[in-house]
Amino acid sequence: MSTDVKRGIRAVPGNFVPLIEIDNLQVEYLAGRGSVRAVDGVSFSIGKGEVVGLAGESGSGKSTIAQAIMRILQPPAIITGGKVLIEGKDVLQMSDKQIRDFRWDEVSMVFQSAMNSLNPVMTVGDQIIDAILAHRKISEQQAREQAKEMLRIVGIEADRIDSYPHQLSGGMRQRAVIAIALALQPPLMIMDEPTTALDVVVQREILAKITELREQFGFSILFITHDMSLLVEISDRIAIMYGGEIVEMAPSRELFENPLHPYTQGLMASFPALTGPRKRLEGIPGSPPDLISPPSGCRFHPRCPHRFGPCDSIHPPLIEVRPNHFVACHLHTTPEGSAQ
Amino acid sequence: MSSSLNTTLSNAQTEAAATSPEGPKNQPVRKAKRASGVVGLLLQNRKASIGAFIVVFYVLVAAIGPYLVPYDPTEIVARRHMPPSWEHWFGTDGYGKDVLSQTVVGARSSLATGFIVGAIVTVIGILIGMTAGYMRGRVDDFLSTVINIVLIIPGLPLLIVLAAFLPAGFWSIIFVLSVTGWAWGARVLRSQTMSLREKDFVASAVTVGEGKLRIMLREILPNMMSIVVAGFFGAVNYAIGAQAGLEFLGLGNPSNISWGNNLYWAQNNSAMLVGAWWTLIPSGLSIALVAFGFSMINYAIDEVTNPRLRSQRQTAQILKGQPAKVRKSRATPVLMEGTEG
Amino acid sequence: MSEQRDLVLDVQHLTKHFPMGGMRDARKVHAVEDVTFSIPRTEIVTLVGESGSGKSTTARLISRLIEPTSGEVIYNGTDVLKSQPRGASLDYRGDVQMVFQDPFGSLNPAHTIGYHIERPLLIHKKVSGRKELRERVLDLLNTVGLGPAEETAEKFPYELSGGQRQRVGFARALSVEPKVILADEPVSMLDVSIRVGVLNLMKRLADDSGLSFLYITHDIASARYISDHTNVMYAGRMVEGAPSDELVHEPAHPYTRLLLSAVPNPHAGLRTQETVARGEIPSLIDPPPGCPFAARCPHVMPVCREVMPNAVTIAPNHWVRCHLYGDGGVSPLPTAANSVG
Repeated sequence: MSTDVKRGIRAVPGNFVPLIEIDNLQVEYLAGRGSVRAVDGVSFSIGKGEVVGLAGESGSGKSTIAQAIMRILQPPAIITGGKVLIEGKDVLQMSDKQIRDFRWDEVSMVFQSAMNSLNPVMTVGDQIIDAILAHRKISEQQAREQAKEMLRIVGIEADRIDSYPHQLSGGMRQRAVIAIALALQPPLMIMDEPTTALDVVVQREILAKITELREQFGFSILFITHDMSLLVEISDRIAIMYGGEIVEMAPSRELFENPLHPYTQGLMASFPALTGPRKRLEGIPGSPPDLISPPSGCRFHPRCPHRFGPCDSIHPPLIEVRPNHFVACHLHTTPEGSAQ
Repeated sequence: MSSSLNTTLSNAQTEAAATSPEGPKNQPVRKAKRASGVVGLLLQNRKASIGAFIVVFYVLVAAIGPYLVPYDPTEIVARRHMPPSWEHWFGTDGYGKDVLSQTVVGARSSLATGFIVGAIVTVIGILIGMTAGYMRGRVDDFLSTVINIVLIIPGLPLLIVLAAFLPAGFWSIIFVLSVTGWAWGARVLRSQTMSLREKDFVASAVTVGEGKLRIMLREILPNMMSIVVAGFFGAVNYAIGAQAGLEFLGLGNPSNISWGNNLYWAQNNSAMLVGAWWTLIPSGLSIALVAFGFSMINYAIDEVTNPRLRSQRQTAQILKGQPAKVRKSRATPVLMEGTEG
Repeated sequence: MSEQRDLVLDVQHLTKHFPMGGMRDARKVHAVEDVTFSIPRTEIVTLVGESGSGKSTTARLISRLIEPTSGEVIYNGTDVLKSQPRGASLDYRGDVQMVFQDPFGSLNPAHTIGYHIERPLLIHKKVSGRKELRERVLDLLNTVGLGPAEETAEKFPYELSGGQRQRVGFARALSVEPKVILADEPVSMLDVSIRVGVLNLMKRLADDSGLSFLYITHDIASARYISDHTNVMYAGRMVEGAPSDELVHEPAHPYTRLLLSAVPNPHAGLRTQETVARGEIPSLIDPPPGCPFAARCPHVMPVCREVMPNAVTIAPNHWVRCHLYGDGGVSPLPTAANSVG
C-alpha cells in the first residue's frame, strides 16, 4: 500500500478549467466470498466543455465510476474513499436533497439501456416536462414549449411530443432520452455506452448529434464505451482502465497514434481495420483479472508480453511521461524499463 | 487516507473467503462445493433454520411419538373435559380420551397426507406443466384449458362435493386433494418451461441432437428446481390445511386420528361452550406451526435464490461489525471514519 | 444442379414468414425473404446486417431450429428440407453445428463443462467407453485453448469468463466432427481483447481442419478480417455479395456504402464524415413491394418502389440487387454468380 500516495496524482493538463475533479475514488462491492475493489484509487478531472472518454473491458470499473459519481450505485456497492468535487462541493458529502438537485442541475446520465427505461405509460413529452417542472419554477405551458425545443434539438419532430415510447423506434427513444438529459442543460453529461445497443448507422447519427449539441451548448461529457475507435473519434482525452485503475491517460490523438501501455497497445491491435492490408491480429491473451484476488504488482502483468523484473511485485504509479500523457507502466517509468 | 480502513474491511472479507479455498488443487470437490453452496446458504439463513427446526420436530413427533405416548388415544382413560394436569398434560377431551396422545398420533396422519399429496401434486404439475410449456401449440392449448378449468372451479366446494361422494377415508382425502391441487403448480412450471426453452442452451441441445424428453428432464428441469421445491412445500401446506378443513367439516373418516378429526370431535362436544380450550389448542396450533415452518423455508429459498434479497442481507451483515460509519442515505452509501466531521 | 465449385451448403430462395400471433391477425412478419447463397468447402462466408435484417433467423433456419416457409437447403447435393421433412436427421445435426451469440445463455448453468461436451460425443457415438470419452473431452478443450483441460471439465459455466464460455461453445460444436459451423455473432458479446482470439480460432479451424463456416455479424470489419466472401442483408433480403475485401473497397449497393460509412474510423475523425441516409429499417410486417431500402436510399428511383431488383453480376463473384446496376431485366441468380470461376 506504499504506492497509494503516488496513485493520487491527477492527470490534468496545465491550461484548463476543471468542472469536476475525481480524487482517489474507491468503490467496493461487498460480497460473501470477498469484497471486490471495483474502482481502486482513480483520479482524473474533466474540463469545462471537454469530452473525456473512459475505455476498458467489462469489469474494469468504468461504469462503476459513472454510477459512483451520480451516487446511483446500490449496495452491495459502497464508496470507501475519495472525493468527487464539482465546483468545490464534494458529491460524496452531500445530503439526499443536495444529491437530488445535483443529479439534474449539474449532471445527467444516459446509459446503454436508457431507451428501455422510459416510462411506457407516459408520453415522451410529459416525461421531459416532468423533469423540467421538478427543478424549474415555470408554468406548464412554458415547460411544454421547452420540451418541444429539446425534441427538435435532438432531431425528433416536435409533433411527436405526444407519442408514447412504444411508438418510437430504438434510435428515436435513445434520442428522446438524450433530450430528457439535456432538458435542464446541466454542465456535465455522463454517457455510459449510449449507442452500444443501436445499429451502426443509427449510432453514427446520434454521435453526430451529440457532437453538434456540445458545440452549441458547451457542456462536458464523460463518455464511456469499450469501443476504442468510437472513443478516439468523439473525445478530447481518453483514460484507459484496467482492473479498477487508470493505466493510461492522454489526449485522444496522442493515445491513438502513440499508445504506451502494453494493454492500450493490445486494445488498439484488437480491432480489425476496414482499410489497409488484412493482417493477422493477436488480441490480448488471457482474461481480465479476478478482482477478489487481483494480481500482485501491476495488475496487467500476467497478460503482458513485455513484463520484466519489477512487474509482478511493484505496483506502477500513474506518471506523466510526456506532456499530458500519463501511463502506469514500469517500461516507461523506470530506467530499467526504458532499456527494455 | 482511508486505506487502513479498507484493509480492515477487506480482511474481514478474505477471512470468510479463505474457508472455501479456491484454486486448482481442490477441483475434484467442485460438484459437492456447488451443492453445498445453496444448501450452505440455506443453513446460514435464519428463516430456513427456524422453519426446518419446526418441520423436523413435527416429523420426529410423527415418526416416533406414537410409540412414546402415555395412553392409547382411542381409549377412554379419565373423566371428560379434564383440564391439563400431571397425569394428562394436555387434559382430556369430551369422551375422556388423552389429548396429548391424540395430538401426537394425529401428527402422523396429517403429515403423511401432506407429504403424499405434496409429492403427487408436484409430479403431476411437472408432467403437465412441462409438457404444455415445451410442446406448445395444440398440446399446450388443450393442457392449458384443463389447467385453467381446474383453477377456475372453486376449490373448497369441489373438495366437499368429492369428499362427500367418496367413501370416507385416508386415501379418499389424498385423492381429492391431489385432483384439486395440482393445477397451480402446473401453471407456474408451464410458464417457467416456456421461458427456459427459449434459452440458447436448449437450442444448443437441439442442434447436437438431444431428444425431447432428455431436454425437458436434464436441461430444463434442473434449472427450475427451486420453484419445484418451493411448490412442493406449498402443496404440503395446502394439503395439511385442506385435510384438517375437510375433517373438521366431518367429511373425513371420524375414527381416524388426525389433527382435523381432533378439532371435529372437540367441536362436536361443544368444547368452546364448556371452556375446554385445551382440546382445541394443541391440534390447531400444530397445524399453524407446521404451516409457519414450511412458509419460512419457502421464504428462505426465495431469499437464497434471489440475488438482490441476498446481497441486501449480506451487505447489512458485513457492515454491522465495522468500526466505520455509513451515513444513511438513499444514494450510494459512503463509508466514513467515525472520528471525521 | 451441377456445381463448378465444391459447395458444402447451398441455400436457395429461403423464406420465413412468422405469423403475427393474434387469432384474427392474418398479417405476417417477413423475417427472411428469398435468401440465396452458398458456402464452398473450407471457406468462411459472412452474412452481415443490422438487427432485424434476418441474418440470425437464416442461421436458425439452416440449423432447422425453426422450419422455413419455403426454399431449399441443399447439403452435399440433397435438399434436406425435402428428404427430412419431419425435422433434421441425426446425421444432419452432426454435420451442421451452431455456435450461439450469448455465451452466458448457451451453456446450461446446471451442468459442468465436461457434460456439455460429453453429450454430443455420446449421442453421435463418436467414442466407445468411458476412457475414450474422457480423452476426447480433454482433447477438445485443449483444441479450443481451454487448458488445463482436466480442471476446466469439472467447472460450471458460471466459473468461466465470457470468452472461455464461447470457446466451450466451439468445443461442443467441434465434438461431433461437423462439416459446417453456423456461428451466430460469436464475438459480439465478448470483450474486445478476447474477440480476436475467437476469430483467429475460427480461421485456424477453417484452414487446418477443413471446416466451413457461416459467420453472422453486424461488424463488417470483422467480416473482412476472417471471411472469404461476404453477403449483405437488409430487412430480410440479401442485397449484395462479394469477396470480403472487394466488398469493403468497392461496395456497390447504396446500403452497403451507408453501412461502411457509419463504421467508426479513427483515421478519418467524426466531423469529416457525413451520414447519407436517415431513418431505420422499415417494418417487416407485410412490407410493400419494391426494394426495402427505397425509403432511405439517396439514389431512389420510381422503379425502386415498385419492383424488387434482380441480382446483377458486376464483377467475378460480385453481385448486387439494385436498379442502379444492369437493366433491371433478367439477370443471373446470386448462386450462379457465386459459382463462376
